[in-house]
Amino acid sequence: MRAKRVTFRHRWLPYALIAPQIIITLVFFLWPASQAIYQSVLRQDAFGLRTEFVGMANFKRLFADPLYLESFWTTMAYSAMVAASGMLIALVLAVMADRVIRTATAYRTLLIWPYAVAPAVAGVLWWFLFNPTIGIAAYAMDMLGYDWNHYLDGGDAMALIVIAAAWRQVSYNFLFFLAGLQAIPRSLTEAAAIDGAGPVKRFWTIQLPLLSPTVFFLIVVNVVYAFFETFGVVHATTSGGPGNATNILVYKVWRDAFEGLNLGSSAAQSVILMVIVILLTAIQFRYIERRVEY
Amino acid sequence: MAQIEIENVRKVYPGGVEVIPDLSFDIAAGELCVLVGPSGCGKSTLLRMVAGLEPITGGEIRIAGRRVNELEPVERDISMVFQNYALYPHMSVYDNMAYGLRNRGEPKTTIDAAVRKAAKTLGLEDYLSRKPRQLSGGQRQRVAMGRAIVREPAAFLFDEPLSNLDAKLRVKTRVEIRDLQQRLGTTSIYVTHDQLEAMTLADQLVIMNAGRIEQAGPPLEIYERPASVFVGGFIGSPPMNFLPCFAGAGGVETATGQRLSGDSPAMGDVTAGVRPEDLTPDAAGPLPLHVRVVERLGATVHVHGVLEETETDLVASLPGSDAPNPGEVLRLAPNPGKLHYFSAETGRRLG
Ligand SMILES: Nc1ncnc2c1ncn2[C@@H]1O[C@H](COP(=O)(O)OP(=O)(O)OP(=O)(O)O)[C@@H](O)[C@H]1O
Ligand SMILES: [Mg+2]
Repeated sequence: MRAKRVTFRHRWLPYALIAPQIIITLVFFLWPASQAIYQSVLRQDAFGLRTEFVGMANFKRLFADPLYLESFWTTMAYSAMVAASGMLIALVLAVMADRVIRTATAYRTLLIWPYAVAPAVAGVLWWFLFNPTIGIAAYAMDMLGYDWNHYLDGGDAMALIVIAAAWRQVSYNFLFFLAGLQAIPRSLTEAAAIDGAGPVKRFWTIQLPLLSPTVFFLIVVNVVYAFFETFGVVHATTSGGPGNATNILVYKVWRDAFEGLNLGSSAAQSVILMVIVILLTAIQFRYIERRVEY
Repeated sequence: MAQIEIENVRKVYPGGVEVIPDLSFDIAAGELCVLVGPSGCGKSTLLRMVAGLEPITGGEIRIAGRRVNELEPVERDISMVFQNYALYPHMSVYDNMAYGLRNRGEPKTTIDAAVRKAAKTLGLEDYLSRKPRQLSGGQRQRVAMGRAIVREPAAFLFDEPLSNLDAKLRVKTRVEIRDLQQRLGTTSIYVTHDQLEAMTLADQLVIMNAGRIEQAGPPLEIYERPASVFVGGFIGSPPMNFLPCFAGAGGVETATGQRLSGDSPAMGDVTAGVRPEDLTPDAAGPLPLHVRVVERLGATVHVHGVLEETETDLVASLPGSDAPNPGEVLRLAPNPGKLHYFSAETGRRLG
């Protein structure tokens, strides 16, 4: 197939049209990214008086640093839990909604609302709910005999940020799952019903396989979200604590730079994060191009 | 004993739309019953009630003597071919056909034998490992058939299974379906709105209109003696001609006072129906046709026009040799005994 050619009267017009996008990319992405890469090969003392070139030393040190590796695994576990719980809840809700909604319109608009809540606000909301002294959720758990305290218990703290981060993602995932489910022709599930498959079997053998492109897409989106967009949630609820129990990578970057004043190490960490996001995006693009095999 | 009995069935959709007020008919074992009617008359609704995909508001449906109203689709021992085939897109042709048997927990060897047998019957042996999207429309249709026959159900249900095929393939597949159904001897309900399909396939033809049965019976009987203006106009192509007439003591006369026949079926206003193929050119005929369009089909020719001094459209189907030219006036006479009379008020057949 031949590429479509659009002819502009002025040569400069196409460039003028994309210029704002390019400038934004330069100012907000390429420049800071290059700064981060530049910084990551330097070492600076805490007062910013002396700077020296150290090559890969910052990276080498990071991978030898048990705290960094711990944060790495914490982030893995955290994002896996955020993606899994956010998607699972959304999927259950979407399957239930799909049974009743034949033409979804008004509901969908309502269901997107949680997504419009800023992460920090969501964090504060959950902070209030689970506050060991004043939180209603903490109180309820106390009644049930569980002594909730995310200030002291690392597991509780992790659970809190997972809930706070996943909660917001549920509505987003739900919309994709519902749209995916509704895109499956009803006659397929009807044919399966005639073929003797009950609702559960229909879900596993017909609906879920046909939903797999959506599932994969959402895994990537949710992992990216957990990795990079939940700074606000962590900052507003646990601040990475207790100890380092919820010190996920993005939070550690910020802490090391602004609390630890270790700019070189922090820059190296952001470069690693950048590589991760590029990888995830690449996987997603490749995948979207190919779609799922069925 | 009838294999499928539909007794006083009623359907009201949520929201209060009564699609089928009260409908009864029986289908004998091994028969192919075609449901035909205009779009929206409730054919699919009825079929889906038989299949168990739509709850039955009132009345009773029995399959092989067993009341099925409360049974799940799978317990009714039926299989269905959907208009869009509803093949499982992520499964191979083999798995599509095996799915129902696997759900029934049949042993692997039985499943394999059944699938291969069905594939052989339908000429699908070379495609068993393909996915539905790698097949042509006609092949997909056959896979849908294969999925239906492999379980050897008590009844087949077809909902417009040929409407996604091109004209030529449709005729071919129609013959294949009829052949297969006769060989297997499985009682079937076949929904279509194509009257040609209906005429050629049916043992029993049920003509529906607005949720009611207009007429049921063998196709030729319906063709010969349509029970209403609706049926007369629906079955047959080109459709039956209708002429407003007056029946008096002296016979039936057209609106312009031409005598159609000597004896009257009733007194007063009537609608006379005559099929295009039951008209013959006759210099003394009572129907002067102002010819507008002439369609030459080879063996026959369809002459479209308007009756002189009226606004009544008329079509005559004549042998290809006596084609008139547009603009001419052709006098026609109905063949003896081929006039149908309907009440002008109710549209029901008279006599
Ligand atoms: N789920 C539903 N809820 C409410 N009304 C419905 C529903 N499904 C169908 N109807 C209505 O019931 C009537 C009959 O529909 P049905 O699908 O049985 O028609 P049909 O005879 O199969 O028509 P077609 O030849 O176009 O397929 C239509 O007026 C339709 O609008
Ligand atoms: Mg229909």
